[in-house]
Amino acid sequence: MELNYTGTDLCAVNGTRSAPEMRYDVIVVGAGPSGIEAAIDAVKAGSSVLLVDENPVSGGLMGNDVPLYFGGRMTAATQQSERMLEAVFMSMPALESAMDAGVELQLGTTAWGVYRNGPGVASLPEQVVGLADSERSWLVGFERIVLATGARDLAIAFPGWNQPGVMGAAALQMLLTRYDAFSGRRMLVLGSHDLALETALLAHERGVEVAGLVEVRAAPQGAAELVAKVVAAGIAIHCGHVIASAKGGIDGVESATLATGETITCDTICVAIGLIPSIELVDAMHGPRALEPMRGGYVPAGEANVSAVGDCAGLADTGFDHIAYRMEWMQALSNVSADDTIICQCEEVTRADLIGVQPPHYLPRPPAMCARSLETLRQDGPANPDQIKRLTRAGMGVCQGRRCRDQVAMLLALESGVPFGTIPLATHRAPVRPLPLKILAEWDEPAAMDAAWDVWFGMPPAWVPHEDIGTRHEDAHRQMLYTGMYE
Amino acid sequence: MSGAEVIIVGGGVTGLSAGWWLARSGVKVTVLDKYIVGWEASGRNGGGASHYASPLFDEEQRMWPQMDELLGYPTEHQKERIIVAMTERQWEQYRFVAERHTRLNHPVALLDTKQVLDMVPLASEKAYGGVHYKFGGHANPHRTVQAYAWALQDLGGTIIQHSPVTGFETAGGKATAVKTATATYGCDAVVVAAGPQIPQLMAHLGVDIPLAAARAEMIITEPAPMMPLTGVDGHKLYGRQTMRGNLAYGGGPHEWLDTEGDGPAARPSTPLARNLAKRLAELFPKAAHLNVIRSWAGVIENSPDGRPIIDRLTSPDNVVVASMSSVGFGLSPASGHAIRDLVIEGKCSFADIDILKLARFDGLEADWREKRGWMPLS
Ligand SMILES: Cc1cc2nc3c(=O)[nH]c(=O)nc-3n(C[C@H](O)[C@H](O)[C@H](O)COP(=O)(O)OP(=O)(O)OC[C@H]3O[C@@H](n4cnc5c(N)ncnc54)[C@H](O)[C@@H]3O)c2cc1C
Repeated sequence: MELNYTGTDLCAVNGTRSAPEMRYDVIVVGAGPSGIEAAIDAVKAGSSVLLVDENPVSGGLMGNDVPLYFGGRMTAATQQSERMLEAVFMSMPALESAMDAGVELQLGTTAWGVYRNGPGVASLPEQVVGLADSERSWLVGFERIVLATGARDLAIAFPGWNQPGVMGAAALQMLLTRYDAFSGRRMLVLGSHDLALETALLAHERGVEVAGLVEVRAAPQGAAELVAKVVAAGIAIHCGHVIASAKGGIDGVESATLATGETITCDTICVAIGLIPSIELVDAMHGPRALEPMRGGYVPAGEANVSAVGDCAGLADTGFDHIAYRMEWMQALSNVSADDTIICQCEEVTRADLIGVQPPHYLPRPPAMCARSLETLRQDGPANPDQIKRLTRAGMGVCQGRRCRDQVAMLLALESGVPFGTIPLATHRAPVRPLPLKILAEWDEPAAMDAAWDVWFGMPPAWVPHEDIGTRHEDAHRQMLYTGMYE
Repeated sequence: MSGAEVIIVGGGVTGLSAGWWLARSGVKVTVLDKYIVGWEASGRNGGGASHYASPLFDEEQRMWPQMDELLGYPTEHQKERIIVAMTERQWEQYRFVAERHTRLNHPVALLDTKQVLDMVPLASEKAYGGVHYKFGGHANPHRTVQAYAWALQDLGGTIIQHSPVTGFETAGGKATAVKTATATYGCDAVVVAAGPQIPQLMAHLGVDIPLAAARAEMIITEPAPMMPLTGVDGHKLYGRQTMRGNLAYGGGPHEWLDTEGDGPAARPSTPLARNLAKRLAELFPKAAHLNVIRSWAGVIENSPDGRPIIDRLTSPDNVVVASMSSVGFGLSPASGHAIRDLVIEGKCSFADIDILKLARFDGLEADWREKRGWMPLS
């Protein structure tokens, strides 16, 4: 068969992609105070501005701890989307001002990916952000993007953390202040830095009984005046302690036991050890980022058309080394918990399996497999969380690693005896929020996309059975499978 | 050549399988990779293992069911495949391929819609029908890569990661050493299985290998209920249901790239995820509510006719080059065997692989990429 090549590969992506539905000079992702401010500033400077915020997210997503670690402690009120939408508006009066100023606002709208040409891709007609609401997804073009995505909860495992009632401080604050939809009544707080102190005070103010704070270090870590307020409220701070386990029943947590053996009755354990700047979009778009221990983790390093504001750009630097603090918690909790403590809830990966680089339990573990471990893997090179993820499935679940990716990196550093900063950041990938197939789908794709669609490269000779090469069957094969593509 | 040193450049499935086969024959092997084993296409693919077009097909089919046992590590290999037709045109095409299988005595059965739904409960009631390949199957690329690497080490072989090969030393018509920035590894033979980087590496030996690199993408969902048969293609998609239940699928247009000598700087996925999601929701409407949780891309190389190049050079005559031309995962148990044979015996013992020789491109026009429209966009 002689193929008459035409100079065009009909199955290449060239020219098949759809144009964005809309274009704005500036897109701001995240309608917290700093996102709103950035949006208003941009509008005042004469730009067309779209401000999107994923909140209120659906009850289903909250149940998967997306985007924050809600720990199943939201009331049924979070299922009512109208009420939730109203709550977002009520809690953020500045949204009104932004709209008055001319900002276009879309709530309940997730930015799940940012795409632009660069290394490895030149086929995008222009740079776009992928958006989705509860109905559909679409693309929007932009000149400049401002990431005001805030910070997410750091979770750290202890026996019994994988049940309703264990949650993060950012999630708790959102449930209390924005939605008035927190279902817990009595809460233990882990940590004593500003985040933990503020969370405890807020909960106390809102009528949640605070059973105490637990601090791994010898003294409270946060600002003295916050500590004083907590103490004045009669809330105990158990310093030099860690939680050893949480016990519970059908509705989740019922009590926490400290490593000393002391048991504290509570229905909620709020992990308030740290927040992590939400840089998923930056990382998924291959944007530069840098580790800033005083600012809570990796932060965007900044580019001409991509900027970060608010907590996404890094927590306020108060001279506190968040990484060192977290590592101390991680080490202490590992010391007092059994190896079968679950680290990745979605995939049920225990610490033993993680450190043993063992496959999930539905796979066999023959002797050779059992003899492998992080230690043997490290003989081939430094630990990489993405490789550990491939082998153990830790971080591969529907929460997209929100609950375990930071712990996995910390454990790898501790087990390898290397600084946290030497462990590569596990890759974030679009969609950076779980998105149903039917929502992500481009239902009205351009005809050019379908015309170019082949299962794999659309190269006639590649799929001619070798026995048929040079026979009449070869031609029949091409005609049947590639009619119209090649002459 | 027991006791000889073979250096393998590239720790993807092709190089690792070759190393494993050589180690099984008592050869001392060292695999050098620029980063971590399986970091390129070998850890980013669909895991499909039904390459009936290849002369290595019979060996692929013979080996896969034994691989877990032989390697000593789980690969998640699952047998068989069903191709579901969603349009009349697809039904015609898939039936045509089925007829060809029958002619070659590969066991296949045509399925009506009900039979498709029995084996693939997530499939659309609107499916025209399907073809059941009672051969082929799929495995987990991540596990398979690491299984080869570990099995090779268990046999005394060595894996050296984070070591890009920068060139070779030659003497008397042979490659005598392989060089990295920090070390020189003496050798009796070399296997170059560096995927898209093969042309740059072989240029150091004065050998021209015509290959063009391209990027291809996949998406994966959260777990779905397990289907009786998990190797399901169709509707112009390829993929698999993992043993955990996730639906991992790819297909559709590729993007041609420049090959960077030191490997791709990035492997970005694109909004093509939306077009994949559309087709997957059409193929499996009962899974349309499932969340997509990741997308990714990988870079693969293609030869001018889209078929692999597996050959032992005439000069230097102790160098074997192996490019799998974008179908190398499934074939890896067989390609490794063929490479082992070429290194040790100079000839493939179990199949006639002459159509994979490099010489078929002698006289290839200089503008072969342009002619095919395989040029990168800029
Ligand atoms: C999205 C996608 C889906 C696919 N689906 C399937 C499928 O379902 N079934 C199938 O059979 N195939 C599939 N493939 C193709 C398959 O993945 C590849 O053909 C196969 O993995 C090639 O393996 P390899 O070892 O030859 O090359 P690679 O995996 O590319 O490995 C080459 C290795 O060489 C290393 N290297 C490169 N340069 C140097 C250097 N200078 N020094 C040292 N090391 C170097 C690289 O780091 C890399 O690890 C798919 C590919 C992609 C991208």
